[in-house]
Amino acid sequence: MAEIVLDGVTKVFDDGYEAVKDLNLDIADGEFVILVGPSGCGKSTALRMIAGLEDISSGELRIGDEVMNDRSPKDRDIAMVFQNYALYPHMTVRENMGFALSLAGVDKAEIDQKVEAAAEKLDLVKHLDRKPANLSGGQRQRVAMGRAIVRDPKVFLMDEPLSNLDAKLRVQMRTEVARLQSDLETTMVYVTHDQTEAMTLGDRVAVMRAGVLQQVGSPAELYETPKNLFVAGFIGSPAMNFMVAEIADGKIRLPIGEVDPSQIDGLELPQKGKVVAGIRPENFEDAEIVPDETKAERGLTFEADMDLVESLGSDLYAYFHVESEGVQSDQLADLVGERLAETGAAGMREGHEQIVARLEPTSKVKRREKAELWADTAKLHLFDPDSGERIGRGPTS
Amino acid sequence: MKVGAKEYSLWTIAITLVLLFALIPVLWLLSLSLKPPSEIADGRIIPANFSLDNYKSLFEGGWSGSPFLHPLINSIAIALITTVIAIVLAAFTAYAIARLEFPGKRVILAGALAIAMFPPISTVGPLFDMWRALGIYDTYLGLIIPYLTFSLPLAVYVLVAFFREIPWDLEQAAQVDGATPWQAFRKVILPLAAPGIFTAAILVFIFCWNDFVYAISLTSSDSSRTVPAALAFFTGESTFTEPTGSIAAAAIVVTIPIIVFVLVFQRRIVSGLTAGAVKG
Repeated sequence: MAEIVLDGVTKVFDDGYEAVKDLNLDIADGEFVILVGPSGCGKSTALRMIAGLEDISSGELRIGDEVMNDRSPKDRDIAMVFQNYALYPHMTVRENMGFALSLAGVDKAEIDQKVEAAAEKLDLVKHLDRKPANLSGGQRQRVAMGRAIVRDPKVFLMDEPLSNLDAKLRVQMRTEVARLQSDLETTMVYVTHDQTEAMTLGDRVAVMRAGVLQQVGSPAELYETPKNLFVAGFIGSPAMNFMVAEIADGKIRLPIGEVDPSQIDGLELPQKGKVVAGIRPENFEDAEIVPDETKAERGLTFEADMDLVESLGSDLYAYFHVESEGVQSDQLADLVGERLAETGAAGMREGHEQIVARLEPTSKVKRREKAELWADTAKLHLFDPDSGERIGRGPTS
Repeated sequence: MKVGAKEYSLWTIAITLVLLFALIPVLWLLSLSLKPPSEIADGRIIPANFSLDNYKSLFEGGWSGSPFLHPLINSIAIALITTVIAIVLAAFTAYAIARLEFPGKRVILAGALAIAMFPPISTVGPLFDMWRALGIYDTYLGLIIPYLTFSLPLAVYVLVAFFREIPWDLEQAAQVDGATPWQAFRKVILPLAAPGIFTAAILVFIFCWNDFVYAISLTSSDSSRTVPAALAFFTGESTFTEPTGSIAAAAIVVTIPIIVFVLVFQRRIVSGLTAGAVKG
């Protein structure tokens, strides 16, 4: 039972590289917080500083009101699950799980009882006397978690625990982790680069980029009101679509048409100039499917050439492009490779911006044909093109 | 599989040749040791008459009279003591070199390598003078020190390679589990490095066991003379008989501990002990 407070925590490595910059984060007792970001964003370093495996260069770390900066890992009462599991290969599953307790001098009977209880929870009872080498990836992963549970620590730390599993197992273990955390009610900090894990698991998600915390909030907050271009582009799959828009005569001129800013709540629009407009794939719809009264009330109907249509059964992804100068932003540049490559935006021609729309599966749009689409412009996100910061509070807040 | 079969038989032939080359002298030695003195020079590989006289002569006269018993005990004691000291020191050194960044790390490694390459013969003269001045000439210590000088670099190199193979995450996992650095080293790192420890131990032991240069130069009596040196002092039954048979018998006897040592520890040198520790 403990809250974790990171107060201006900074990590500078010996070679001068600043991995984590002035990180401020309060994690409440029993809360499940996810640190997420692309590789190299400092999320793992932050976690390792909480664990005590990495020194804190400046700032203060408190766990349960005690300053932990100079305590060694063993005196912090934390348990950690490593990305590669780090099971002791020369010990059986039982010994692996009981190792921490035996170091703590707990008597044998109690260790056995606790290990067996944890094994029960994780469905490992049959494997207790096997060595890690003889287990499958998923079983090893569960042993790694079991080793953490058995201790009943103040804080659970997980460093990309699912990234070594195959896709199917990952989804299964994800629900397992969620169940575990709600059972245990222990404070948990979980590091991942996978935004799906972040969105589905956490009470709160902290998005990091280049060592700097970008935004902390519930998954819904991050999704609906991303604070800047980076968070907007990182959270959500497929990623948010971006295009350059111009403000003129009190209207927002998008490549797909004009929008009246009064549709968007809490928007304080500059008088003129360029902005970056973002719209999520699901905020598009096949114009034929949208009821006329909705169309009359808000939104924007436009015509587009379909480059590609993918039907997944439950959804239909339509890819098209708009004439737009490229959206230039360091924040988005960091995401290229991470996310934009996923949607195929990389490799578009100069002056074109690829847009992905998620449509109802009943839609009749076809590849290489023109189609009429409708965009729910009330859900439009606007960002300052220079700073990348969000303009206005956003559609739902 | 045709190609495989062909390759297989080629390998078999090659390995057989190497084995013959290595084992025929040993067989010859065994044969010599089993012949009575009068038939030593008969040129037969299978002795006409088997006799254990040569072996008996080694141990004849017991503790005071045998030319072989004292050296054998000396050899075992000196090799074992050196091995234990070398492995303990090398384990700590290698662990520090593999895990820590400290100034002078490269110098230590380069120095170790340089020492290992140094020709032992060039140190014998100075050591002889120094040891006599210090009063450790013809003592266990007088041999153990130069043996350590040459076997430590070897052991350090072997162990550094093994320690580097052990994922650092394991140690950090142990730390998070509440282990002190010493506990992490003893309960996690050492068991995993066991194959390396045993490999290094065997190499050091064999080095000490086989040494002749120091043994002959830095000893003068049975109180510390080891077997390889003692063999050189063997005499025949009379002034006119060659001690070939007893030397052969002694050579066979001193081979046995090495074989036992290797067989015992070979079981521990299981490759892939770290399998399953970490993924990938």
